[in-house]
Amino acid sequence: MSTTSLTDRLGSLLMAPVHLLMRIIDIPLRAVQKATGIGGMAAVFLAPNMLIFGIFVLLPLVINFVYSMTGGTAFFLSERNFVGAEQYQRLFTCTNYLDPMSCQEDAFWTAVGNTFWFVVLQVTLMIGVSLITALILNRDLAARSFWRAVFFFPVLLSPVVVGLIWKWILQRQGLLNFGLYQFGIEPYTWLTDRNWTFIATIGVSIWAHMGLYTLILLAGLQAIPKDLYEAAEMDGTKPARVFRRITLPLLAPNLLVVVVLALIKAVQIFDEVYVLTGGGPGTSTLYLTQYIYETGFASALRNPGLAAAASILMGLVLVVLTLIQLGIGQRGEKKGKR
Amino acid sequence: MKTKSLLAGAALALLVSTAAHAGDVRIMWYSDGVEGDVMKDLVGRFMKENPGINVILDNVAYSVIKDQLPVQLEAGNGPDIARVTAIKDLSRHWLDLRPLVKDAKYWDDNFGAQADWMRPDGSKQISGFMTQITLTGGYANKTLFDQAGVPLPGPKATWEEWAAASKKVKDSQKLPFAMAIDRSGHRLTAPLLSYGANYVGKDGKPAPLDKGAKDFLTKFVGWVGEGSFAKDVWVSAAGSTYRAAAEDFINGQLAFYYSGSWQVANLTTKIGNSFDWVATGSPCGPAACTGMPGGAALVAVKYAKNPKDVATVMDWFAQEKVVKEFSERTLFLPGHKGVVDKGGLDFKTDNAFAKAALTKYVEASKTTSDTALKLPGWRWSDTVYAAIVTRVGQTLAGELKLDDAFTRIDADIAQKVKDSGL
Repeated sequence: MSTTSLTDRLGSLLMAPVHLLMRIIDIPLRAVQKATGIGGMAAVFLAPNMLIFGIFVLLPLVINFVYSMTGGTAFFLSERNFVGAEQYQRLFTCTNYLDPMSCQEDAFWTAVGNTFWFVVLQVTLMIGVSLITALILNRDLAARSFWRAVFFFPVLLSPVVVGLIWKWILQRQGLLNFGLYQFGIEPYTWLTDRNWTFIATIGVSIWAHMGLYTLILLAGLQAIPKDLYEAAEMDGTKPARVFRRITLPLLAPNLLVVVVLALIKAVQIFDEVYVLTGGGPGTSTLYLTQYIYETGFASALRNPGLAAAASILMGLVLVVLTLIQLGIGQRGEKKGKR
Repeated sequence: MKTKSLLAGAALALLVSTAAHAGDVRIMWYSDGVEGDVMKDLVGRFMKENPGINVILDNVAYSVIKDQLPVQLEAGNGPDIARVTAIKDLSRHWLDLRPLVKDAKYWDDNFGAQADWMRPDGSKQISGFMTQITLTGGYANKTLFDQAGVPLPGPKATWEEWAAASKKVKDSQKLPFAMAIDRSGHRLTAPLLSYGANYVGKDGKPAPLDKGAKDFLTKFVGWVGEGSFAKDVWVSAAGSTYRAAAEDFINGQLAFYYSGSWQVANLTTKIGNSFDWVATGSPCGPAACTGMPGGAALVAVKYAKNPKDVATVMDWFAQEKVVKEFSERTLFLPGHKGVVDKGGLDFKTDNAFAKAALTKYVEASKTTSDTALKLPGWRWSDTVYAAIVTRVGQTLAGELKLDDAFTRIDADIAQKVKDSGL
C-alpha cells in the first residue's frame, strides 16, 4: 500500500512540470478558442506548419517563377530586367524537338531527352531488380539479416561517395580495368564511351538506391497473410500463378509507392552522376538537374533566368507525375472498396 | 529595473559576440602545388605581428573558386579576400583598396602593370595583386623521348612537329596517348593565337571565330581523333568544366603535356626522380610561338565586413620581402616589379628540372604576343573560353560536327553578350 502511494507521489512529482507547462499553454489557447471557435482551432494548429511550408516551399516557387520572367546575369532581382516569357520562348525555340541540335537551347533538349530515357530505363530496371531482391530476401535464406543489410548499405552512402567509388572502379586506370588486365583483356575507357557511360549512370543509381525500394517491397511481402500461400499450395497452384494472382495484387500498394518514389528520384538525378561523369562524354549524361545547375550557377555563360524557367518546367513535369500517381492510387482504392 | 538589467545584459552579449568577429579576415585560397602550405606559414607569421587581426585561411578546391565563388559574390557574400583567376570577369566585386592601403604609390609602382586585369574598365582602383604571373607552356617527358630514340623538337618547333615527335614516342613506348592539353579555354587559346586567332572585335566585343582559330581547332580535333591527343580529359565532363591532365603526365602516360608555369612545383614534388622532364615553352604556329599569360591574384572583396583589417592584411602580403619569399618557396614567377627588377630570386628547390623550367618560362615570356598580353584584361575572355571548351568538348565526344561547333561557339558568345545587356 505504502509502495503504491510512494510511486504515485513520485509520478505526480515528475509530472508536475508537464502539468504546469500544459496550464501555461492552456491560457492563450483558451483565449484563441474563444475568439475563433472550436472549428477555427484546426487552422490555428495547422498555421505553424503552413507558415514553414509557405516560407520554404511556396515562396521560393513564386520567386523562382518571377526569376524566370527576368533577364541578365545579376542574381539580385532588383538588378534584373523584366523580359516576360522570353526565357520560355528561348527554351522552346526549336525546328525539331526530337533533334536537340535544331533547338536554340540544344543542351536543354539534350538534357530532356537524356532524362526521359534515363527515367524509363532506370525506373523499370530498378523496380525489377528491387522486386527480385525482395522476393529472394523474403525466403528462408542463411544469414538473411546479413544479406538485407548488404543490399541496404549503399543507401546510407552519400551520393558523392557513391560517385567517387564508381569513378575509381570505372576510370581508365581503375579497378575494373585492373581486373580485366589480369585476365589478359585490354583496358577500356568506360567513362569516355557515350553508350557505356549512360549505362553506367543507370547501373550506379540502381546500386545506390535499390536498397530502400527493396525494403519497402519486403515489408509488403511480409504483410501478405501466409495462409493464402498455404491454400494455394494445397490446391497445387504453380509458383508463377501464385506470384501473378496473390503476390502481385497484394503488393500493388507498395509497388505504387516504389514507382512514384523511384520516378521522382530519377527525374531529379544529379549528384552521383555529376561526380561520376560530370555530364560527359559531351552531353551524353547531362540530365535536367545538372543543366539547371550549370545554366544558373556553374558556367561562365550562366543565366539564372533561363535556369529558373527550366526548373519551372521540370517542376510541372513532377506535378503531372504526382497527379498521375494520385489518380492511380485513388482508382485502386475505389476498386478495393467495391 | 529587471527588464533594464536584462536588456543591458543582452546588449553586452551582442557587443561581445560582435567584438569577437571584428578582427576576423577570411581568405579563400586554392593551391596548384605547395603554395597552400607556404601561405599557412605566412598567415601564422602575420598574426604574430598583428595580434588584433585573426586571419582564417580556407583552403578550397579550384572548382570552388571557379564555380561557387562567383555565385557567392553575385549574392553579395563571399570571403574577405580571395585568390582568383577570373580576375577581370568578377572585377565589379573587388574592394577599392586605394583609400585604405598605407602607400598607394607603392602599389601602383610595383603592381601597376597588371592592375587593369583586376579592375573595371576605366577605373583606377587598387583591387589586389598577382600572387603569381603565369605563362602557358609545354612539358616533355625526356626519359620517354630518350628511350624511344626520338630527339626533342627544338625551341622553334611547331605544333605539328611536336605532334609528330610525340606520336613516335607514343608508338614506341606503347603509351595510351602522345599529348594532352588541359580542358581549359585559357590553355587552348595559346595555340589558337599562334595560329593567328584574334578574339577581340573592332568594338571591343567578341569577334566571330576567325581563320586562325578554326585552323587550329580543326587540327586539334583531328589529332584527338587519331589518338595523338588525350581524349579522356576533354570528354570526361560536360559544359565548360575545367580538367587538368597533369596526373597523366606525372604517371608517365604522356610524352608531351601542355599546361603552364604554375605546374612546376606540382611536377617537381610529384615526379621526384621517377623520370627526367623539361619545360619546352609554347610550340609555334604560323603567326607566333606564344603562350598565354595569366595568373592568380589575391583580391579584396567589397562585401568585407572589416575593410581596414583587410587592407592591413593585403599591405602585409604585398610587401616586397613577403612576395619574394612566397615566390621563392612556391616556385612561382612574381608579379611584383621591384622583385623582378632586382632579380636574384633564389628558388627553394634542389631539383635541376624545376630550375631549368623556371628559366625556360622567363625566356618564353619574351615571345608572348601582344594579343595574348591583352586578353587577361579583356572583359569577355572567360565567355569566349567557356564557349570554346563546351563546344569543342561536344565535338570530341562525337556530338557535333566541327562546322556546327564553330557556329554554336559564335552563337553562344553572342547570346552571352546580349544577356549582359552591354
